[in-house]
Amino acid sequence: MVTDARETFGRFVVGANNRLAAAAARAVAESPGATYNPLFIYGAHGLGKSHLLGAVADLAAGLWPELEIRRDDGAHFVAGHAASVASGSAEGFLAAHARAGMLLLDDVHALEGHPSAQLALAALIDGLVSAGRQVVLAADRLPAGIAEVEEALANTLSQGLLVDVAAPDYETRAAILQRMATEQGLELTNDVVQDLAAREYRDIDELRAALAPIASGQRKPAPKLDAGEFESFLSDVQVVVQQHVESWRGRLKEAIAYWQAEGFRTGVLERALDLPRAPDVAGLTATFTAAVEHLRNLERQARQVDPSLVGHAVFRDPERMEAAEDLVERALSGEARAKGPSPAFVREGFEVGASNQLAVHAADAVVAEPAHRYNPLVLYGPSGVGKTHLANAIGNALQLRGDRHGVACVNAQQLVDELIEAVHRGDVDRWRARYRAAGALIVDDIQFLGGKERTQEEFFGIFNTMIEHGRQVVVTSDRVPADITDLEARLRSRFEGGLVVPIQSPDRTLRERLFARYLADAGRAADEEVLHLLGDHPVQSVREIIGLVTRLGAAAELHGADITVAFVQGELGDAVAAAAPRAPRISAAVSIGDPFLDHEKTVFEWPDAGARLIEEMR
Amino acid sequence: MSLVNYATREITCKIVYYGPGRSGKTTNLHYIYGQVPSDRKGQMVSLATQTDRTLFFDFLPLDLGTISGFTTRFQLYTVPGQVYYQTTRKLVLQGADGVVFVADSQSRQLDENIESLQDLHANLAEHGVDARSIPLVLQYNKRDLPGELLLPVTTLEDALNFRGVPSFEADALHGTGVFETLRSISELVLRRLGASKG
Repeated sequence: MVTDARETFGRFVVGANNRLAAAAARAVAESPGATYNPLFIYGAHGLGKSHLLGAVADLAAGLWPELEIRRDDGAHFVAGHAASVASGSAEGFLAAHARAGMLLLDDVHALEGHPSAQLALAALIDGLVSAGRQVVLAADRLPAGIAEVEEALANTLSQGLLVDVAAPDYETRAAILQRMATEQGLELTNDVVQDLAAREYRDIDELRAALAPIASGQRKPAPKLDAGEFESFLSDVQVVVQQHVESWRGRLKEAIAYWQAEGFRTGVLERALDLPRAPDVAGLTATFTAAVEHLRNLERQARQVDPSLVGHAVFRDPERMEAAEDLVERALSGEARAKGPSPAFVREGFEVGASNQLAVHAADAVVAEPAHRYNPLVLYGPSGVGKTHLANAIGNALQLRGDRHGVACVNAQQLVDELIEAVHRGDVDRWRARYRAAGALIVDDIQFLGGKERTQEEFFGIFNTMIEHGRQVVVTSDRVPADITDLEARLRSRFEGGLVVPIQSPDRTLRERLFARYLADAGRAADEEVLHLLGDHPVQSVREIIGLVTRLGAAAELHGADITVAFVQGELGDAVAAAAPRAPRISAAVSIGDPFLDHEKTVFEWPDAGARLIEEMR
Repeated sequence: MSLVNYATREITCKIVYYGPGRSGKTTNLHYIYGQVPSDRKGQMVSLATQTDRTLFFDFLPLDLGTISGFTTRFQLYTVPGQVYYQTTRKLVLQGADGVVFVADSQSRQLDENIESLQDLHANLAEHGVDARSIPLVLQYNKRDLPGELLLPVTTLEDALNFRGVPSFEADALHGTGVFETLRSISELVLRRLGASKG
């Protein structure tokens, strides 16, 4: 669109009567769609509303050359809408307006008595605003003052910023008069200006008219300066201030000065000063304000624990928010970290088989990329299958990565007990902070949280903190989260939002390896036949295997015997004997290169009980 | 010195009129003082000898009112031009936001003009101010004197305005060029304030 060279912010005299409107208009021109949208400027005729719309167009066109600016007025809109309805092209009429990146609509009060145009305008504004496009409107009254205004339009207009332009005060009138006189080349003495400014004017036109008699009776003054040169000088200073001081950088500097006076570092705002174009100053300062408020809250928390921390530099720099949070967490935790993983459980000592290979793969991925691949990681399976071992192994591996926050590894029952104790001592904050400060959190046997409402609530908060800060969470359970009794849905859903992976009872191959390993650890040799025999023993957990090895070792020591097939059969009795016939079949299956990693797994995971029975009897 | 205080929304500019003795610095301020409405100007402080030469300095506070929400004040100072008031000149120059160098256009005063300009640069340097960066405007005063007494402006430009800063012919006694000079230095100072991060 073509802008009117006379309608600029530089020529708009700002006074108390229009300061807010001018500031809002400038803001929307500098950041279209980002601040006040829609912006509705109202005031009596001739007070500069149209000038402001033109100034918005002028400034926005300069700052945003690609922005499509459409300027219209109410009467023209009504006429255009009526004509388009009559010709059946109403959609096209509105679509043309809807393409605008910025819509400036003057004299909105002209829509009075035109309900269909009002509804069309309301829909148009809603669409533009929701698409992030700027709408600026002007009218001689508030939306509610427009007779028979449609509720939709009144609501739409009221959702933006309503700002008025009032009649200029004495000083503003004097400045306007001086500006006009200068532009017209008139010589006005101070007395003349003050006398003219002291009169009452309804609008700018009347003010302009007051100069007409002087203009007609006065020839163009010579370049020689006159008694009004101070006012002329003042007017020029005003323009320079508006252009170079009261710009978006000015507003930013204002915020910088304010927050620096409050004792906060403002590096992020200062860097914005170097931007080539106007940023969203309102958004930037609002974000900064929110950050400062958060820092103040952190400082208040810190004060309760350690008053010496008040005034710490990290509480004065929004760019060091994380450091401030860490400081508070450490203060609240009294530097006492939560218990870490047991060093006895390491990844290298964890035997992998078909029954746990998925869980091990997930654990390795977590160690390789904590909090990136699987967060949370939920390991579930029956007791004694290695969940605790694997979870602790993850914790130990993460600690080896050197996370300065450390790894918290705790049993859920212990978590409950600790919380009860903390509530009793009245230092739940400290207890909570201890876990929140951890670099990774591992909670074993999470099923114990079932029915522990307060612990679940606290854990929920800790869990969220960990996830939000990009820290790994690993939990184990003896069942899938969905089956944990009295577990809050929000916790369950968060567990299920990660990777839920089973660890099953050790399959036959894994059992053989585990027997071989634990027998070796006990200093007992066992040949392949013995291991096959033991592998057939239907144990459900690693603990059972360890128990059997301990029992065999004790018996062998007692009798001074080696562990042979006969010894095992004699010691373990029917259980092994009954299982023995299956051994050759499985062994054969493996030996001929069974495509399944473990033959037995296909049997026990057979989904249908009848089919499974047939397979057993085959 | 404080320039733009965005917290209190105040603009305070210190402008120093510098130049050799009797070049017309105080006359500039007197003319401005006479043009300013009474409610806009403070009491002009002028410490002078019996022969009306500035002994210490002139000080003219100007209240420009509220501009774009900023309470705007200009503080105009002159320095004593006489060579032996070096210490006072240095003190007055401290914290200046802009300098108007008032040169005497008379041919016989050229050396004094050059010496004073060199003195200005030296004093700015002592304050740690780069003379090339501070807003500076030249005023060739006394252009109302008979032509045979005056140096051509081009000669003055060659001798004094090697930085190519704005320059104005003036007759401070009658006001010609006084406000043009003030307007120019004000704009330079305000532009600099707006561009600064302070």
